[in-house]
Amino acid sequence: MAGLKLDGLRKSFGSNEILKGVDLALADGEMLVIVGASGCGKSTLLRIVAGLETPTTGRVLIDGRDVTDLDPSARDIAMVFQNYALYPHMSVFENMAYGLKIRGLPRAEIRAKVDAASALLGLEALLERKPRQLSGGQRQRVAMGRAIVRDPKLFLFDEPLSNLDAKLRVQMRGEIRRLQRRLKVTSLYVTHDQVEAMTLGDRLLVMHKGVPVQLATPTEVFERPADTYVAGFIGSPAMNLLPGKLGRNGTMVTVAGADIDLGSRRFDRPDGFPVVLGIRPEHVLLDAAGTTWPVEVVELLGSEMLVHAGRPGEAALTVKIANGTPVSDAIRASFPAPHLHIFDQATGLRMEA
Amino acid sequence: MERRTLFPGRLLPALLILPQLVLTVVFFLWPAVQAIRSSLEREDAFGTSTEFVGLDNFTDLFADPLYLAAIGRTVVFCACVTAVSMGVALVLAVLADTEIRGRTFYRTMLIWPYAVAPAMAAVLWVLMFHPQIGLVGAWLNRIGIAWDYKLDGTQAMALVILAAAWKQISYNFIFFLAGLQAIPKTIIEAARIDGARGLRRFRTIVLPLLMPTVYFLLVVDLVYAAFDTFATVYAVNGGGPGQSTQTLVLKVYLDGVVNANVGSSSAQSVVLMAGVIVLCALQFRFLGRKAVT
Ligand SMILES: Nc1ncnc2c1ncn2[C@@H]1O[C@H](COP(=O)(O)OP(=O)(O)O)[C@@H](O)[C@H]1O
Ligand SMILES: [Mg+2]
Repeated sequence: MAGLKLDGLRKSFGSNEILKGVDLALADGEMLVIVGASGCGKSTLLRIVAGLETPTTGRVLIDGRDVTDLDPSARDIAMVFQNYALYPHMSVFENMAYGLKIRGLPRAEIRAKVDAASALLGLEALLERKPRQLSGGQRQRVAMGRAIVRDPKLFLFDEPLSNLDAKLRVQMRGEIRRLQRRLKVTSLYVTHDQVEAMTLGDRLLVMHKGVPVQLATPTEVFERPADTYVAGFIGSPAMNLLPGKLGRNGTMVTVAGADIDLGSRRFDRPDGFPVVLGIRPEHVLLDAAGTTWPVEVVELLGSEMLVHAGRPGEAALTVKIANGTPVSDAIRASFPAPHLHIFDQATGLRMEA
Repeated sequence: MERRTLFPGRLLPALLILPQLVLTVVFFLWPAVQAIRSSLEREDAFGTSTEFVGLDNFTDLFADPLYLAAIGRTVVFCACVTAVSMGVALVLAVLADTEIRGRTFYRTMLIWPYAVAPAMAAVLWVLMFHPQIGLVGAWLNRIGIAWDYKLDGTQAMALVILAAAWKQISYNFIFFLAGLQAIPKTIIEAARIDGARGLRRFRTIVLPLLMPTVYFLLVVDLVYAAFDTFATVYAVNGGGPGQSTQTLVLKVYLDGVVNANVGSSSAQSVVLMAGVIVLCALQFRFLGRKAVT
């Protein structure tokens, strides 16, 4: 087990800069999830850590040792790929044993390690099968097993659950979390799925176009998103982001003609300062004293429903309320001050009172 | 969904396949029937009369030490041509599969020999290895190696093997390269992370995944070497010196056309025909088999 440190990593493919300076430190045994939209450079970052790509500048340190120029084989890491990348011509046993055989471990020891890992993952009955005779979930497990038997310093996961159906994904997510807790191996987990990120990570790194925008615990990221990108990306349905202007000495925001009180907070900016007001759909209250929004669509989610409101071409508002709540042509909504997020409209960054 | 026929009736379809059918009948079926018939007959020395002799031509053939020697020679020739062309092509394909500068140019150049006519290829090799005027041949003699493929049967055999293998390298190269590129990159990367490097990775991961291509090319190359190298071998040395490069296809031609022994030549071509059928059946089996993934 070991820590991981990334030091000013940049990566360009030709003139295309994919990673624009990533610094990161993982504590021993920590599980850090990198989350971001497709194409933001997550896989590239992971592949640099694995040694499958070399960074344009910057360093990778595992356990304090600079491994930037080392071959993947010399880094003592294991990686689980999105498409599993099992060796199709080998049995499940051989797939798991391959890395150990390469290291020249004695036969009996390999057997013992593979048996232990397959017991952990419930693969005992499948050891003689070929990958093509396995279901998606089983292949996923074999890929995990192949990573575990090696007893590596670092686990790398590149969207390992994206090829599974929804139900299996939830199940495997729990399994990965339990395994990681139990084995206490430092892990870097990449996903575009924010639910996966929230449930799996000790900490999250939210990436946007090759730039790390927030590194914090899931709770922190959810409750205090660092900018409008994170605010809109984390949480489902997405946070309402309404452009407005500060007023009354920074204690009020005017949004779509309505004045919204910020409670005890006071922002030290001139009146009329352009801001973005953020509020999650579940925090909006239906309130006779609130402002009026025309209803566009009502979406049923099961125990809850989503009301999409707003005037065409103007600010849109989504409200999440209990199913069965009567909704007419318009709703009156109020925004409780403790749940408001204020962002600078020009930079998108979170503003603190 | 119902499939609608654009041109009803049988006349047009029949007309459209007629040219191909005519070609097949005139150039394949008819000569084949002729060959089978004349393989069962014997002409007298002057070609004035023929008589039916049953399987005599065949029994004579397999009792003839010269024919048995030609079979052995052809087996050696086929094995060597296949081994050399597949071996070289595999090495080139592995190199071309890596990320290198000018990769496209390099690949194009490697495919090029395939477009050279067999007789031309043979002439190129003769010019290179001619004992007096050939670049390589003259050089070999200068450094003290007695090189003359016109006198030394083994050297002649080596030369025709090289010339024939060279022609087939391009074909093999294309298939090997496609096979290598069909291997998912992540599998290779998983192996790298598992610690497998160099030859070991090639042997335990790449080669097993390339086996369908290897089997396929094995059959194709054997068919090529056995039946499709007439022009190359004939142009290098006409089967000589002596009979040292006389493979079965050459012998059919030399016995039948040059020595006018039609009965024996026909029997030989019937034997070859049987060989082609067996190898083609093999080839179809491998072509029809799905790649192992
Ligand atoms: N080998 C490469 N050559 C050129 N561009 C690449 C290469 N690998 C990735 N990219 C580009 O880098 C960007 C980020 O890719 P990636 O790291 O795979 O994103 P993510 O995993 O976050 O979806 C993409 O726009 C992709 O096209
Ligand atoms: Mg990716």
